[in-house]
Amino acid sequence: MAGFLSSVRRRLNLNQPTAGDGDPVVEALRAALDPSRVRYDGAERTLLSHDASIFDGGVAGPVCYPLTTAEVQSVMRIAEKHTRNIVPRGAGTGLAGGAIPLGAPIVVAVTRMNNIIEVDVDNRIAWVEPGVVNLDLTRHLMPLGFHFAPDPSSQQVCTIGGNVANNSGGPHCLAYGVTNAHVLAIEVVLPSGEVAMLGGLDAEPAGLDLRGVFIGSEGTLGIATKVAVRITPNAPAVKTMLLSFDTVRNAAHTVSAIIAAGIVPAALEVMDQRITQAVETYVGAGYPTDAGAVLLAEVDGLAESIEIDANRIAEIGREQGAIEVRFAADETERALLWKGRKTAFGAVAQIAPDYYLHDTVVPRSRLADVLDEVSAIAERHDLIVMNVFHAGDGNLHPLLVFDKREPGVIERVHAAGDEILTASLNAGGVLSGEHGVGVEKQKFMDLFFTDDDLAHQNRLRQAFDPGCRTNPGKVIPSGHSCADIAALKRVPREVWA
Amino acid sequence: MSARLTVTDPVLHRLAEEVGVEGPVAVEGSRTRWHIGGAADPQTRLVKAPTGIVEYVPDEMTVCVRAGTSVADLHAALAEQGQRTGLPERGGTVGGAIAVGENDVHVLGRGRVREAVLQIRYVADDAKLVTGGGPTVKNVTGFDLPRLMTGSLGTLGLFAEVILRTNPLPATTVWLESSDADPFAVLDTILRPSAVLWNGIITTVQIEGHGPAVAAETARLAAIGTWAEVAQAPELPAHRWSLVPSELGDPSRWNGATWVASIGVGTVWASIPQPATPTNPVVAALSRRVKQQFDPTGRLNPGRVPGAH
Repeated sequence: MAGFLSSVRRRLNLNQPTAGDGDPVVEALRAALDPSRVRYDGAERTLLSHDASIFDGGVAGPVCYPLTTAEVQSVMRIAEKHTRNIVPRGAGTGLAGGAIPLGAPIVVAVTRMNNIIEVDVDNRIAWVEPGVVNLDLTRHLMPLGFHFAPDPSSQQVCTIGGNVANNSGGPHCLAYGVTNAHVLAIEVVLPSGEVAMLGGLDAEPAGLDLRGVFIGSEGTLGIATKVAVRITPNAPAVKTMLLSFDTVRNAAHTVSAIIAAGIVPAALEVMDQRITQAVETYVGAGYPTDAGAVLLAEVDGLAESIEIDANRIAEIGREQGAIEVRFAADETERALLWKGRKTAFGAVAQIAPDYYLHDTVVPRSRLADVLDEVSAIAERHDLIVMNVFHAGDGNLHPLLVFDKREPGVIERVHAAGDEILTASLNAGGVLSGEHGVGVEKQKFMDLFFTDDDLAHQNRLRQAFDPGCRTNPGKVIPSGHSCADIAALKRVPREVWA
Repeated sequence: MSARLTVTDPVLHRLAEEVGVEGPVAVEGSRTRWHIGGAADPQTRLVKAPTGIVEYVPDEMTVCVRAGTSVADLHAALAEQGQRTGLPERGGTVGGAIAVGENDVHVLGRGRVREAVLQIRYVADDAKLVTGGGPTVKNVTGFDLPRLMTGSLGTLGLFAEVILRTNPLPATTVWLESSDADPFAVLDTILRPSAVLWNGIITTVQIEGHGPAVAAETARLAAIGTWAEVAQAPELPAHRWSLVPSELGDPSRWNGATWVASIGVGTVWASIPQPATPTNPVVAALSRRVKQQFDPTGRLNPGRVPGAH
């Protein structure tokens, strides 16, 4: 990404970070950080006005690249002094618009704070800076016999800071839990500029679990500058299997039956026929293209244990009408099966240039019904839907694929998306399993939470950030967060220039 | 159209009415951990949380239970379907276990209390019923209020009902003890023990799982010592210490006490209390602001402070 950014800058001849001269905030930031790490040029601000979501970008103010906690503190204090908003940002891979700058904030990109500070095998933790890339951490830990368990699809790019902000999941979170189960302590720069260590490495840190609420707060409570993550021992044995079915319904029933049998596999991923075919053309993972759905199941742990669970899963699959049950013969085949799953979103480009990836959770027993409903919704709106999802925890990821150049299609995509959310809620589900609320789902928060529930979420926000200047306009709908509205109105005139 | 999480259970509304909007109030559970977080204000009016399992769907691995239900009753009902939760079994209520937030001795196998709570309903300072979290096993919709409430001693809200994650009961459970094994070598020898306890002389290990896996792990342990099967965990002294796991190698700090340390976790149960550790002033101030936001008049469980000795 950094290479791409610098090549854009070179081509546009925007490498002179002199724009913003005379703006007191930019001047103050340049005095606090090395001026080369405070950017106010058009290219930088345009690039960082978006994240990976399909939502319109915002307007970025000055963009800072701090290297240390002290520099993040300086930025926070400057923001406070000048009553400017702040938006923390990692790799910008979020899909809910959580990193979109609203209210012309100072964008604090932590991507250059990317050191793995310490790996402490005795305590099974690693201290990392927030800009460390998820997969880089796991690659660093692998030779030591450990890994970082959360593995979002974007793990080659996304940062640990972003994982903390979004409480990220991934295929292997079924057995191991999402980010919150893997973070022990977080050094946070609060909106006041003060530094707080939330949580601790001891067994049961005393006091309120502020670490726990910071995780998943989508950058609205402060900026994480150091994170102590739990490192997980690599399992001595793993078995990966592919089960294919005539229908998605049968695959979904199999998932429910596996969980009901008391088995907690490491992963249970379902792909429907459309996405399977796309993946097969894209990477040739060996998936059957004539099946209505495939279920990728993985069990890990002790060889003696996974043998029993894998055989039981195969048996349940056959009981539910599996047309094929195939065990990965070796590590190469296993890696290929996972490559198929993890490149699914890339494969979609063959079908249409754009996609909108949804993220809801429903009770596992309702998966099949809700998937039927999702198909009907897509059909009604004349859209193609593809499904690839974390079936084991009921986490749906319907992909609506489209070509945004087609007139009126965006409206249809949003209308279908709204109906998918409503269908998930009506099935007893929740708005988001792992992408977060961001700007995407704010307007639906009222359908799920009561006014009193939202008021209490705002109480938490106010305790951390009384001025609502840190990532304003996210998570809590504006009707429940008056200070956020004030923060967004406070856009300095010069940023529109 | 009302929100999905609108509370309809009249039993919860009755608790809210009982809590009311005035005067100091707290929930009384079974008083098994009544001393934690300081002495209760004697003026405090005590109420009881409602009891009963509201909905149990074994296939979903979740259970909705009212906070006054005893953990024993809950676990008895779950055991009929081959399941359990991460809440400790020591005679208290579900709400009490969550308010205190202490993990079970088998935390390595059963998971932490804070990870068991998917959704929590509590009566707020103004007698309103508030829900945090959500009913599904995975959820990032809004701020994670269940984490904030776990371990808050009922100082931010009075717990009425929770949805908990359940786990399958293992097919086989064994406790093994050894007087010649290095307790710190256990975690490098077997994959996922449910507990590794050490009292300075004897190491006690709990292994759970499929029979053949438990047998294989038992055989692997033989490489680091001589083991004998025992019926249960050793008795745990009254005071609970919270340390970094690597600190357990130096028991001199609780010299003279009777103690049992949880290796790989960092909990020590000792006959003497852990000396108070200073709280970071920034974190303390932030915690006070949270309390001020959730309970501006200080009426919820006055006298108690989470983390106070």
